[in-house]
Amino acid sequence: MIAVARLVAAKDLRIEARSRVLLWQVLPFGVIALLLSGLALGPAQAGNSSAGPGLFYLVTLFVTLLMINRSQSLENAPGTRASVATLGLDPAGVFLGKALALTVELWVTGIVLLAGSVLVLHTALIGTVQALPSILVTLATLAVAGTLYGALTQGGDGPATLLPVLTLPAFAPLLIAGERSFSAALHGGALWEWWVIVLVALVAYTAVGILLYGVLEES
Amino acid sequence: MIKLSQRLLGPVTLACLAATFVLGLWVTPEDRTQKNLVRLLYVHPPIAWVALYVSFGTATIASCLYLWRRTRSMTMDRIAYCAMEVSVVFIILTLITGSIWGRPTWGVWWAWDARLTSTAILGVFALAYLALRRANDDPTLRARRSAVFAILTAVNVPIIHFSVVWWKTLHQGASVLTSTGQLNVHGSMLLAMLLGFVGFTLLFFWLLRERYRLEVKRDARSIATLDEALALRRREGV
Amino acid sequence: MVVRLVNAVVMSRGFALLSGVDLEVERGSLTVLTGANGAGKTSLLRLLGGLDTLTSGAGHVAGVDLAQGDRRQLRRRVGWLGHEGSFYADLSVRENLVFAARALERPVHDVDAALERVGLDHRVDTITKQLSAGQRRRLGLAWLLVRRPELWLLDEPYASLDDAGREFFDHLLGDVVRAGATVVVSAHDPLRSREVVARTLRMSGGRIDAP
Repeated sequence: MIAVARLVAAKDLRIEARSRVLLWQVLPFGVIALLLSGLALGPAQAGNSSAGPGLFYLVTLFVTLLMINRSQSLENAPGTRASVATLGLDPAGVFLGKALALTVELWVTGIVLLAGSVLVLHTALIGTVQALPSILVTLATLAVAGTLYGALTQGGDGPATLLPVLTLPAFAPLLIAGERSFSAALHGGALWEWWVIVLVALVAYTAVGILLYGVLEES
Repeated sequence: MIKLSQRLLGPVTLACLAATFVLGLWVTPEDRTQKNLVRLLYVHPPIAWVALYVSFGTATIASCLYLWRRTRSMTMDRIAYCAMEVSVVFIILTLITGSIWGRPTWGVWWAWDARLTSTAILGVFALAYLALRRANDDPTLRARRSAVFAILTAVNVPIIHFSVVWWKTLHQGASVLTSTGQLNVHGSMLLAMLLGFVGFTLLFFWLLRERYRLEVKRDARSIATLDEALALRRREGV
Repeated sequence: MVVRLVNAVVMSRGFALLSGVDLEVERGSLTVLTGANGAGKTSLLRLLGGLDTLTSGAGHVAGVDLAQGDRRQLRRRVGWLGHEGSFYADLSVRENLVFAARALERPVHDVDAALERVGLDHRVDTITKQLSAGQRRRLGLAWLLVRRPELWLLDEPYASLDDAGREFFDHLLGDVVRAGATVVVSAHDPLRSREVVARTLRMSGGRIDAP
C-alpha cells in the first residue's frame, strides 16, 4: 500500500511539475480571488479587517475545488483509466498517493496565498507564522477529503459542477476550525477544540478512504 | 401479524398525528412566557428527531449494509435512497418550524445558532446525495457512490455538530430533560409531545414504505425493458 | 481455455452492449473480432478485461470467474490497449513505462528492452502527448511488453497505422502468440498479413454471428 502510494504521489507531482497547471492556472486564480476579497470589503476595511483568516480560507476552498478536479482529471484522459485499471493497483495505495500529492500541492498554494493575505489584507506576519502548523494540517485534511469526494464525481453528468455541492458542506467544519485557529493565533484564544475537529476529520477521512476507495474505483 | 401491522401503519400514523394536533392545539395550556408558541413543542422536536436521527440513521445503516458484501442488494440501495429523500422533506420542515419559532423568540428568521446552522448544512448534504444520484444513471455505480457518500455524511455529522456548537450557540438547551435529569413538562403537554414523537416517526416509516414501493415499481419497469433491450439489440444484427 | 463465455449480457443505461455472447478462446491463439461500429467489439474486450461487469450469463477469463471473482486479479492478468492511446499525456515515454513496471514490481530494465523492441529507443524522453498516433501505438505495445500479460486485449490497434506499422504490429503479435500468450484483437476488417493463423469472428447486434 505504501509503495503504491509513493508511486502514485510521485507520478502526480511529476505531472504537475511538468504541466504547470497549478502555477499558471490555479495560483493566478487564487491571487485574483484574494484581491477581489479585499475589494469586496470596501476601501475602509480592506487593509485592517479581522476577516483576513476567513477570507484566506474561503479563497483556499475554491482553489481546492479546482485542484481536486485537476487531480482526478489526470486519471480520466481518454483511455488512461482502462490502461491504468489493468495494472490492478491497490486502491488504498492509490487513494493515499493522490491525497499526498494533493496535500503537497495545496501546501504550496496555501503558502503563496498566506503571503498574499499578509501583503494585501495586512494579516499580522507573526500570527500568520504561528498559525502555520494548524493551516498545514487543515489543508492536508482538505486534500484527503477532496480526493474522496473527487472520486465520487468523476464520469457522471457535470463532475465540475457536482463537486462543490458534495464537498462544501463537508468543508464547512474545516473552514470553521481553520478560521478560528488562525484568528486565535492572531489575537490569542483557546485552540484545542479546533485541533480536535481537524484531526478527527483527518483520521476519519483517511480511514474511510483506505476502506472504501476501492468501491469507488470499481466503475 | 406482520401483514396486520403493515395494514395498520397508515391508520395508526394518522390517529397519532390527529391526537397530537387536538392535544397540542386545544387541550394543552398556553405557556406563561412563550404563549401559544409553546405549541410548536409538539411538532418541531419530533420532526427534527425524524429528520436528524431516524431518517439519516436509516439511510446510513442501509448504505453500510449495501457496501457490506454479504448483505449487498438493490433493496438496501433503494431503502437508503428513499430514506434520504424523505429526510429532505423533514429537514425542510424542521427548518421551517424552527424558523417560525425563532422569529418571535430571537427576532430574526435566521440566527447563527448552532443547531439551526448544522441542520441546514445537513440539509445540503441530503440534497447533494440526491444530486449525486441524478448525475449517475448506471444503477450499480450509482448505488456504490451514493452509499459511500451517505457514510461520509454520517461521519461528518458529529464533526459538523461540534464545530458549529463550539463556534457559537444561542439555542435553548435540551427540551424535555433538564440538566439534573428532571422532567420539565407535565401531564397533557408531555402526552402531546410523546404522541408527536410516535406519530412523526410512524409517518416517516409510512412515507418510506410508500416511496419504496414506488421505486420497486419503477425498477420493475426497467427490468421489463431488459428483455426488450436485448431483443432490440439483437435485431440490429443479422 | 483462457476465455469461456456463456450467454454473456452487459447492460449499461438501459442499453444492451452485449446481448448474449458465447465465446471460447484457447491459450496461445489469436482471435480477431470484426464488425461494424457499435457491433459490440469494444464492449466484449472490456468485459474480458474486467473493466465492465456481467449483467447476466456466465464466464471465466484467465481463471477468474466474471460473476463472483476478484476483478482486480483479472485486471492484473490482462493487458489492455484502447484505441484512444492510453497513458499519462504529461509523462515522458520512459516515465510511463517505468510507472507500469513499478506498479507490477517488474524490473525497470525491462522498460529499455521493450522500448528497443518497438523502435522507440530514440524517443525515450519525449513527452507522450507530443508523439504521433503511430508512435503512441508503439508505446502501447511497449507498455504491454513490460506487463507481459496472459491475455492481450487490443481495441482497434490498426487504426492510424501505416502499412509499415501494421506489418510491424502483426509481426510482434505473431511473436507474442508463439511465446504462449493469448491475443484478442478488434479490427474493422480481417488481418491482411498472415504471420500466425488467426480465427476471425464477426460481431453484430451485441453478439457473435454464427459462422
